[in-house]
Amino acid sequence: MSVLIDENTRILVQGVTGHHGSFHAKSMLEYGAKVVAGTTPGKGGTTVHGIPVYNTVEEAMREQNPNTSIIFVPAPFAKDAALEAINAGIKLIVIITEHVPILDTLEIINYASEKKATIIGPNTPGIISPGKSKVGIMPGNIFKPGKIGMVSRSGTLTYEIASIITNGGLGQSTCVGIGGDAVIGTSFTEILSLFEKDSQTEGVVLVGEIGGDEEERAAKFIRGKISKPVIAFVAGRCAPSGKRMGHAGAIISGAAGTPESKIKAFERAGVPVAKIPVEILQLVKAKLKR
Amino acid sequence: MKLQEFQAKSILLKYGIQIPKGRVAISPEEARKIAEELKKPVAMKAQVLVGGRGKVGGIKFAEFPKDVKKVVSSLLGASLDGFPVRKVLVEEKLDILKELFVSVTLDRGARKVLVLASRTGGVDVETIVERFPEKLIKYPIDIRTGLREFEGRVIAKKLGFSGEQCIAIGNIIKKLSDIYFDLDAELVEINPLVLSKSNELCAADAKIIIDDNALFRHQDLVKEFGPEASELSDEERLAKEQDLIYVELDGNIGVIGNGAGLVMATLDLVSQFGGKPANFLDLGGGTSTEVVIRALKFIHSKPNVKVILINVFAGITRCDEVARGIVTAIKEYNIQKPITVRLTGTNEAEGKKILEENKTPFFDSMFEAAKKAVSVAKELNELKKGHDKKIFAL
Repeated sequence: MSVLIDENTRILVQGVTGHHGSFHAKSMLEYGAKVVAGTTPGKGGTTVHGIPVYNTVEEAMREQNPNTSIIFVPAPFAKDAALEAINAGIKLIVIITEHVPILDTLEIINYASEKKATIIGPNTPGIISPGKSKVGIMPGNIFKPGKIGMVSRSGTLTYEIASIITNGGLGQSTCVGIGGDAVIGTSFTEILSLFEKDSQTEGVVLVGEIGGDEEERAAKFIRGKISKPVIAFVAGRCAPSGKRMGHAGAIISGAAGTPESKIKAFERAGVPVAKIPVEILQLVKAKLKR
Repeated sequence: MKLQEFQAKSILLKYGIQIPKGRVAISPEEARKIAEELKKPVAMKAQVLVGGRGKVGGIKFAEFPKDVKKVVSSLLGASLDGFPVRKVLVEEKLDILKELFVSVTLDRGARKVLVLASRTGGVDVETIVERFPEKLIKYPIDIRTGLREFEGRVIAKKLGFSGEQCIAIGNIIKKLSDIYFDLDAELVEINPLVLSKSNELCAADAKIIIDDNALFRHQDLVKEFGPEASELSDEERLAKEQDLIYVELDGNIGVIGNGAGLVMATLDLVSQFGGKPANFLDLGGGTSTEVVIRALKFIHSKPNVKVILINVFAGITRCDEVARGIVTAIKEYNIQKPITVRLTGTNEAEGKKILEENKTPFFDSMFEAAKKAVSVAKELNELKKGHDKKIFAL
């Protein structure tokens, strides 16, 4: 098993004719993912890498029945694309787009919860279940099927840690990027509870960073609800206060969002926190042995 | 985009919220004139985006216009927390009966927009949360409608006001919500909202932060406020103009990487080894040769940088493009400072070949690369110390 996606996931690519959309649609196909349709308003009737392109999500639904959408459209139009997908009945929507305004994200989340759809992102590398499917932009070759669930707020740092886990002889059940924005559709806690129920996942690596209180909430949740071992990493230990460290959400505001608060919360929940990325592997192996 | 106090107040005024009489001065003489016009004791407030301005001497008072000139000339020359004071807001000093705290803000974790309000104002919200948590009212706003008028009154009532005051305070809270949604704000705050002895409500201080990602639909605000509404240092502004995601730090190891999380983790690793990062620089996703050259040139030009550490994990980015950028920059800009490179991921072999051909050493792991950068920085430091000692001995 895996979480959120598997070998049967039928993918719709919104913004498929754009530079990024077309490049990653191809890369997902090459990974073996089932990319069944694409949309770009005004470009219906064409194909991209053999993928049929439609004007609307509704049309794509009728013709190809996708159950998951990945959005590559530019930030000013991302909200409309997501609302269209939710409205058409897609239940899992991965928003890769960076720089989506906060009020747009809030509107997407509101509508999604009304229609019981799951939003991943915005500003995420996406989801991969190694060997099964990829709904994202990550390089597939650094992942390997295995028993570690990964959930992260960042992109390249996830690749770094995934390859440490892969090279260390362990693989991943699923790796979920929840996104680097201040407001995101799905949090650590929701992904953690999916991993808890997933039979393939034996341990979880959580990659957090400064800003907000997602990590603190996750730590509290782990204490009561998660029986599988969890290892954490928190990026930005030496970040100054009040500065946005690349990600829109990575900012320490006064006493909120500090690395100390996050590390303390994890330690209180019995979650070991790796000081440097390579330490994660040792901590995971030690926890799995017990 | 974080607005200066006088800018935020101009928006409040547009929405019909009363602000103290006065205006901004750029010279002591102008400040004196404003005080004379006001014919009242005045507050003089340095317009810098520094938290706790009062504590660092950014807010002063004067009873008479003749005292204003001297105070303002000392403020205008000063630098608060590293930010030079270029403008001073001169405005009437209020007769305070009561100070309230009212704001509309984002609750990231709950994914909601909230009204936060308290009968205790004039101190920062952290202090209110810490010392008077029972007094802080949290009221979620339905983002489909914004705050409705009656909800403003409900909150005012919860704050303990009744009659005309309840209506007036309710209206102000409703207007803050309007500003929040109209302007794509992340924060709209009046602190303190002063209830004067003459029973008037006036916004004594104000903060407005606009969501940077929404600025594409608020070009009017960017045009009006943009040049001054920035907390960036001169260096950071320079980097931004070149599309580099850059944050200045105070060490001597220049760090360049791709992806915010990876760059943060690289800074952390440098610190773990006892080194001091000079900056955060994220090349972004799918970076090109050209961006790498620009970044390297920029970091190399900084006098405090002694060693440069490059850490790239290529996903959409390609190692060969990054490597080409590194070797080109070294040649073109005659880069002499030691560079430590870690390069892995897409097109790794091609990238490493380019580095090898140009005799640029590289590492496979960020662990090794960071360790090396720190040890080189330390060696250079020792050398310099020895050198300084020698000069001292002479």
